[in-house]
Formats: sequence, structure tokens, C-alpha cells
Amino acid sequence: MTDRPGKSKIRWHIVVFLAPAVLVYTAVMIYPLFNTLRLSLFTEVGNDRVFVGLQNFRTLFGNPNWSGQFWNALGNNFWFFIIHMLVQNPIGIALAAILSHPRLRFAGFYRSAIFIPTILSFVIVGFAWKLILSPIWGIAPGMLDAVGLKSLYAPWLGKQEYALTTLALVSVWQFVGIPMMLIYAALLSIPDEILEAAEVEGITGFAAFWKIKLPLILPSIGIISVLTFVANFNAFDLIYAAQGALAGPDFSTDILGTFMYRTFFGFQLQLGDPHMGSTIASAMFAVILVGVCVYLFGIQSRMRRYQF
Amino acid sequence: MNRARQNPLNTAAAHGALILYTLIALFPVFVIVINSFKTRKAIFRDPMALPDTDSFSLIGYQTVLKQGDFFLYFQNSMIVTVGSLFFILLFGAMAAFALAEYRFRGNLIMGLYLALGIMIPIRIGTVAILEMMVQTGLVNTLWALILVYTAQGLPLAVFILSEFMRQVSDDLKNAGRIDGLSEYRIFFRLVLPLVRPAMATVAVFNMIPIWNDLWFPLILAPAEEVKTLTLGSQVFIGQFVTDWNAVLSALSLAILPVMALYVIFSRQLIRGITSGAVK
Repeated sequence: MTDRPGKSKIRWHIVVFLAPAVLVYTAVMIYPLFNTLRLSLFTEVGNDRVFVGLQNFRTLFGNPNWSGQFWNALGNNFWFFIIHMLVQNPIGIALAAILSHPRLRFAGFYRSAIFIPTILSFVIVGFAWKLILSPIWGIAPGMLDAVGLKSLYAPWLGKQEYALTTLALVSVWQFVGIPMMLIYAALLSIPDEILEAAEVEGITGFAAFWKIKLPLILPSIGIISVLTFVANFNAFDLIYAAQGALAGPDFSTDILGTFMYRTFFGFQLQLGDPHMGSTIASAMFAVILVGVCVYLFGIQSRMRRYQF
Repeated sequence: MNRARQNPLNTAAAHGALILYTLIALFPVFVIVINSFKTRKAIFRDPMALPDTDSFSLIGYQTVLKQGDFFLYFQNSMIVTVGSLFFILLFGAMAAFALAEYRFRGNLIMGLYLALGIMIPIRIGTVAILEMMVQTGLVNTLWALILVYTAQGLPLAVFILSEFMRQVSDDLKNAGRIDGLSEYRIFFRLVLPLVRPAMATVAVFNMIPIWNDLWFPLILAPAEEVKTLTLGSQVFIGQFVTDWNAVLSALSLAILPVMALYVIFSRQLIRGITSGAVK
């Protein structure tokens, strides 16, 4: 609209404004992404790169050594995601609902304090919880003892059946601030007239939350779910910081990110293999793409948005 | 009216729940920091006690500062974070301006293309990124990290900034044009100062993930002289795993800069999130 000189003339300032961002984004993000997908179709024979079509995928899904690890990592990853959906998001919504009460004192303080774990790095979080849960130090058993539940204590991170759930809960502890903040923002944007109208009808407290506020914040809950999905399916750092690249005990905390890292770089006696690494990355890409599409076409387009 | 909201019992329950959760959120940080100031014996004898004259010790910090090159790591993290933020903001604002201000063929397509990266994590392309960095000789340089984080941060930056730039008044820009300002001057002199709050929001959103990232430093820049603070503390703690004083002190030292940034920027961060910048 702003300026329309002759039709064929290139407006160079537009090119200049767009070029740096498009170049960096294309060269460092989009091109490598597709190149990784392409590399998954090759393998190394001697020192040459040879095209093998879908052979790597056949290995990944057909060879029991690989497919066992892959399905283990994928299954663990789903469990990791389910814990986040069942624990992190409800707690986040509950905290936001309490915080959004009008005239609640110290709301700013609570908000900032609860957000603190989110800003810490995975390295800090992983090691701090490892130390706290450690049977050597005795903080966790000591605290359970204080409430008379010492018998419940187990070295959770060292037990195959508990380690993954424990790490998922640590991750929930770290990131609960994000759904809390986003839902809090959504709740604040609900106009007072709607709530007052509900009050006139006698709907207050919990009923007001379930019947009025929750339906209005459903779009935000949808966005939080898809953000959680994407973040969980390329998670790596927390598991690596707490359990190392082997994702012990006995791969029980292995997720797609750690599986890809191990395959790409190698560990112990196995050599690193960039092509199998790319194959796993392509599988991760497919999983994330499916998740995002389910959200975009299955959930978001059916959700009713209310304009205030 | 508002009886339900003013009920003192409800208020007490609300504060109770929030205080409980605040304790859960802060407790691990608290335990780590207080124990980093204690002697080894006191750490194990009574982990919950505050350090007193008897149990106070700085031995862990001495080990850390002697063994690890934390000042260098800190400096590397600083360069990477500030450098990436600079390029994200500059390039992101320029592209956002082009998309928000001008009508041209492919505007919509370009916007969608740039928005693609909001949902797709850059880590998927790691194998090819490493290969590219090896070929260009950028591996084990801070530039590799700056480039990757810039590419990672651009999509959301362009998205948020172009929303804000659409709100800048056309009259102002047209007045500038009548006065003979070039399009570049209009951008740098008129528009950029007006979207400063949005730029701060974008900066704060990007700062924490860049500072805390472990994946790319581990893969692209693991050499000693380019280690970031996050990777440096990971390696250090891995080596000193049995020296509890050193580990606790290293953790406390790693918490310190992030907490300082948070105290400085928390108001901006929370305002950014609650103003609905990410919807």
C-alpha cells in the first residue's frame, strides 16, 4: 500500500530488509533439516557415501537390535509426554486459576517464585535432584521419615521401574511455570462483564471456573499441549545431565533425543553413525510433524474461539 | 456480591496452596546453595541446617575456581548469548518490518516460510548442521553457536515483531516519507524505537534457552576454550562427582548468573508473557 512505483521495478529495500533473516534461517535451519532427511537415505561404504534408499529405515524398524531400542525410546518418550500432560498442565492451570483471583495479595511474588525453576539449566536441575534423591545424602529419605513414610523411599533414579517417571516429574517441576503463565494470561483476558453476568446468575467459585473460564481458555490449553509435545519429543538435556548418554539404568530412561545422540556420536564400543543418526532424526521429525498436524487440523480448527 | 471471592477460608486455602507450591519450587535451589557453604562433614550430618560458624566452609568454591575455568566459560556464554540476541533482534526486526509494511508478491508465503521454524525444532537437523560447520571450519568456534541460535530464534522473533509493527501508525511513517526519509531511515529512526518493548520481550524469551542450552555446545563447540558455562559445569560436575563440596559450589555458581538475569528481567518477562505475545 505504502509505495507502488512502476510494476517491474524491484524495490530493493524490501530485499535488503528480508535477506539477512531469510539467508541465516535457510542456511542454518531449513537446509540442514532437509539435508538430514536426505542423509538418512545414504550410508558409508569405505570412505564413500552411497545411496541406499530406504535401507536405513528397514534396519531401524526391521533389525531387532535397532527396532527394540527405537520402540523403547519412543514408548518412553510417550510416557514422558503423558506425565507432563497429566501432571504439569493440570497443576499449571490450578496455580493460574488461584493466582488470577482478584485482590489476591502477594500474587506477583508467588508468580515470580514459582517460575524460578524454569529459568535454571537442565544441568543444574538434573544434578540438584540427583543429589537430593540420592540415598547417600539422605535428604529425600530424611524428609519422608519426618512424615512417617520412610518405607516408601527407594533410590528412584537407580531403579528401572521408577527412573523415567521420576525424571518426568523433575521435568514437570522445572517447567510448570510455563503453562501457569500462559493460562494466567488467558484468564486475565476474560472480561469482567462475563464473570459478573455469571455471578448474577449465581455461578461463582468452582462452578464459575468449570463452566465459564475453562471453556474460554481451551485454545490456550491446546497451544500448551502442542508446545509440550514438541518440547518433550526433542528433549535430551535433562536425561543426559542426570543419567548420561546411556540413559540408565539399562536404557529405561532412553528417549528419542538420547537415542539419536548415542547413535550419531557412538558410545562405548559402538562407532558413531551419522546416517543412522539422520534416520532417527527423520523419525523424530515425522513424530513431531504428526503431532503438530493433529493439533492444527484436528483440534485447533474445531475449537471455537471467542472474541471479546 | 463477590461473597465467594472474599470468603476468608477460601483466601487462606489459596495462600496455603501457593505457599506449598512455592516451597516445592524453591526447596531444591535452597538446599543446594546452603550446603555449598558447609564443610563436607556438615553436608552429610545435617543437610537441612543453615551453615553456622562451626560448619561454614568455602572449600568447594576454592576447588571450583582452581580447577575449572569458570570465568572463561562465563565469558563464552556471555558472547554467545549477547551475539545471538543482537542478530535475532536486528535481522528479525528487519524481516518483520518488510512483512508488516510492504505489499509484495510472496509476502504471505514468506511469512509462512519463516513461521515454519516456530514448531519444528532445529535439533532435528543436527547431523547436517555439524557436517556444515566442519566443512566451513566453524566447528569449535563461538560463531557456530551464534549462527545456530540466531536461526533458531528468528521465526518467533519475526512473528511477534511483525504483529507489533502492524500497530505502528501509518501517518507517522508517511510523514517521514514526505520529509524525504529513506525507507531505511524510517525503519531505524521511526519504527525501531517504537517497538522497543516488543524487542525486549523477544530478547528475554530467547535469552534463557540460549544460555541454558546443552545440546549444541556439546556437539558443535566442545573444545575447552569455547565451552559455555552450561557445558563447562556439566563436564566439571561429571569429573568431580564424588567431591560434594565442589559439585554443590559449581551448581551454586551456575545458578548465580541466571538468577541475576532473572531478577533484572523478570518484570519484562512476565509482562511479555501475560501481554499475550505468544498466542
